[in-house]
Amino acid sequence: MTERAINWFAYASPQTFYPLAGKLIPWFWALAALFGIAGLSIGFLFAPTDAQQGEGYRIIFLHVPASWLSMFIYLVMAFWAGIGLAFNIRLSGMMASALAPTGALFAFLSLWTGALWGKPMWGTWWVWDARLTSELILLFLYIGFIALQAAIDDPRRADKAGAILALVGVVNIPIIYFSVKWWNTLHQGASVSLTRAPSMAAMMLWGMLLCALACWMYSIAVALMRVRTIMLERERHTDWVRALLDDKA
Amino acid sequence: MHWNSLGEFLAMGNHALYVWGSVLVMAALMVAEPMLVSRGRKTLLARLRRQYRAERSEATRSRASTTLGSKA
Repeated sequence: MTERAINWFAYASPQTFYPLAGKLIPWFWALAALFGIAGLSIGFLFAPTDAQQGEGYRIIFLHVPASWLSMFIYLVMAFWAGIGLAFNIRLSGMMASALAPTGALFAFLSLWTGALWGKPMWGTWWVWDARLTSELILLFLYIGFIALQAAIDDPRRADKAGAILALVGVVNIPIIYFSVKWWNTLHQGASVSLTRAPSMAAMMLWGMLLCALACWMYSIAVALMRVRTIMLERERHTDWVRALLDDKA
Repeated sequence: MHWNSLGEFLAMGNHALYVWGSVLVMAALMVAEPMLVSRGRKTLLARLRRQYRAERSEATRSRASTTLGSKA
């Protein structure tokens, strides 16, 4: 009967999600550490020297995962923001707010590692080319989203305003991704593509994918930690938060 | 293992500044972020507990004053 179907909306209630997230966080930390150790050892201890770039290319094991995550987190954030806007689900707005700082962190790291990679290889820390500029705009979009939400006192209105900003900003993601194809840029083309064989040694590729997985698990863990704090803050007048804090007192 | 010595590993083929500059900043930020989040959580928990305690004592005090008032 209908009772047997899983009620997915039950997980959308903060009261149910809060303890579930608490149980999941240590597992994601463990996975992040595992993938991180594996990826960094392959990348920094075992992968061969690059024929053109020497040892400096090893920044790829940090730069590519950070860049991927900065774009991917934005898509997930905009997805939750859009769901929140369309269905008015409390949890969605909280998820979007929880993801933004981590996304901004990775956008910054993408620019930072990119600058440190660009200097020895291109001879400059920064150029105003399409790839770099659109990634900088991504960082500004994250900062704008965070600042806009912080400026509005009512969380529901902050969610709505943030959601619209996040959704409009989605247009920047394909621009970043395809910028190396659409324009002549100093930045090299895609390292990994779904349509053709990777242009790098298998060991380099594995190191990079494992590092990306580690960043992914890290992002989930830290976003779940943050969403739990946001839940307590926003739901502080509800009985379940009171009961929770009374128990632990 | 790709490296012959620790010195060679640290030198990163004359790219030490760039490679280790990336590694250090990324590691520092990825350690700092969860620490900041968990500190924020502790601050919030302390604030909410204080608030609830204050509300409870406020409630008992106002109950006490109404019973006193009805007896008088």
